[in-house]
Amino acid sequence: MNAAELRGVSYVYSEHTPFCKVAVDHIDISFEEKLVTGIIGHTGSGKSTVSQLLNGLLKPTSGVVEVDGKDIWAEPKKIRNVRFSVGLVFQYPEYQLFEETCYKDIAFGPKNMGLDEKEIDERVREAAEIVGIPEELFEKSPFDLSGGQKRRIAIAGIMAMRPKILILDEPAAGLDPRGRDEILSRVVEYRKKTDSTVIMISHSMEDMAVYCDKILVMSDSKPYMYGTPAEVFGRAAELESVGLTVPQVTKMMLLLAEQGFDVRTDVYTVAQAKAEIERLIRQA
Amino acid sequence: MLKDITLGQYFPGNSLLHKLDPRMKLLLAICYIVLIFLAKSAPAYALILLFTVLIVAVSGVSFGVVLRSLKPLFFVLIFTTLINVFWSNGTTVLWTWGPFAITREGLIRAVTMAIRIVLLMASTSVILMYTTSPISLTDGIERLLSPLAKIGVPVHTFAMMMTMALRFIPTLLEETQKIINAQKARGADFDSGNLIDKAKALIPILIPLLISQFRRAEELATAMECRCYRGGGGRTRMTVLRFALRDFFAALAVAALLAGIILLNLYFPALL
Repeated sequence: MNAAELRGVSYVYSEHTPFCKVAVDHIDISFEEKLVTGIIGHTGSGKSTVSQLLNGLLKPTSGVVEVDGKDIWAEPKKIRNVRFSVGLVFQYPEYQLFEETCYKDIAFGPKNMGLDEKEIDERVREAAEIVGIPEELFEKSPFDLSGGQKRRIAIAGIMAMRPKILILDEPAAGLDPRGRDEILSRVVEYRKKTDSTVIMISHSMEDMAVYCDKILVMSDSKPYMYGTPAEVFGRAAELESVGLTVPQVTKMMLLLAEQGFDVRTDVYTVAQAKAEIERLIRQA
Repeated sequence: MLKDITLGQYFPGNSLLHKLDPRMKLLLAICYIVLIFLAKSAPAYALILLFTVLIVAVSGVSFGVVLRSLKPLFFVLIFTTLINVFWSNGTTVLWTWGPFAITREGLIRAVTMAIRIVLLMASTSVILMYTTSPISLTDGIERLLSPLAKIGVPVHTFAMMMTMALRFIPTLLEETQKIINAQKARGADFDSGNLIDKAKALIPILIPLLISQFRRAEELATAMECRCYRGGGGRTRMTVLRFALRDFFAALAVAALLAGIILLNLYFPALL
């Protein structure tokens, strides 16, 4: 079962003007249910456009966007409901914070859904817990927090709407390594806890290899490759031909194999590489 | 929605008007405004209209663009015309209805005023906006005002502020759109409800926008100080403005227009 599907979708920015630009070109993409799907691609390959098409912020120039088997533009007046079930976390989401307190900011989305106080309170607490924001911070101003904490508040604001599909555009950009791991593992945890679907856009092959179940590679306004991390990163030469790369550990294993060592090259996380090298040393 | 706003749009080109010195263009634009208000007789208006059409033709900017730039003026035009038609004092009454009276003088005043506003907008936007890049425009303003620096007016600071303001308009629009999208993704609703609801709905946009602009200003200030910016003192320019022969010809053309209008005003009866 697919959580969301794009069928024959095109999107053109500033159509009928001299600045006209095709962002995605007749694409067919399916996002599988209950998985973490990563989207990688060069700047301008159409990743962010896909994310905005999925939650109805952009209306496709042609083609159909389906969520849960339903055309989201069947009733254009109800597009707001689509945005509640497909939560989109923009790049640098901390810049959208505006409320006096963290609690109120996380509650903004659920409030817009028209839920009652009790339900809102429950959802805010749940979302804050998932992203690791302690209750002491609830009454603080979001502008007094550190960058990493602000990011978590902003992500919690989307999670509190309990979207069936959570899309994150570069959720870890600009964070230190520990912050990255923390945010990404909490996103995966959210998926497990709520049995939802997660779509993640990133430039980091390392993060993708560790946290994603499936990876979609975009190139030149079109999907280029789709598969598990092992399948995608096993095609290093093709990835490099579209200006992308494989995780550094995979590169290292490829170099080792080139040097004549008997190692597997379908290794894409540090943990796997460690096991493989230990095996090699034991053999020797 | 935001991308439809055109503010100080510059159309890059290579026409005579593009090549004129911005200082000369500023001075000539001011002269042109004075000229428009000097015209008294019908042939004088016709001459200015002809000259304006000529300017647009020389600039290479399409007439459609110029006409579209007049669109925001629509309400101003209707408003001033109505006021002039109904509230002007005149002796030759053409038509009355209750307390309203339309006089010949009022009608002429309304029409000439509308023509003046249209000519004013069209000529200045072609001379100063469409054919002059914002950078060279502020450069021209700075140079023209530079004598004021001697009496302590911070001319350079003023010009730098203007340059930066113009430079950041597109950035600001882009950022606003981004924040609007982000809040829409959280279900913000900007379209429904009464006026107060709609004003309240702007808070989630305005606060992040304000904060990001302050942050940007601070970053910009730091970046400028890192490059030892200390105001205008002793700064040299990459492109030094120099008057060329064409600038004098342009001045000559406007002077000829001035002479023509004065003559036409003398030989033909004034409209009012």
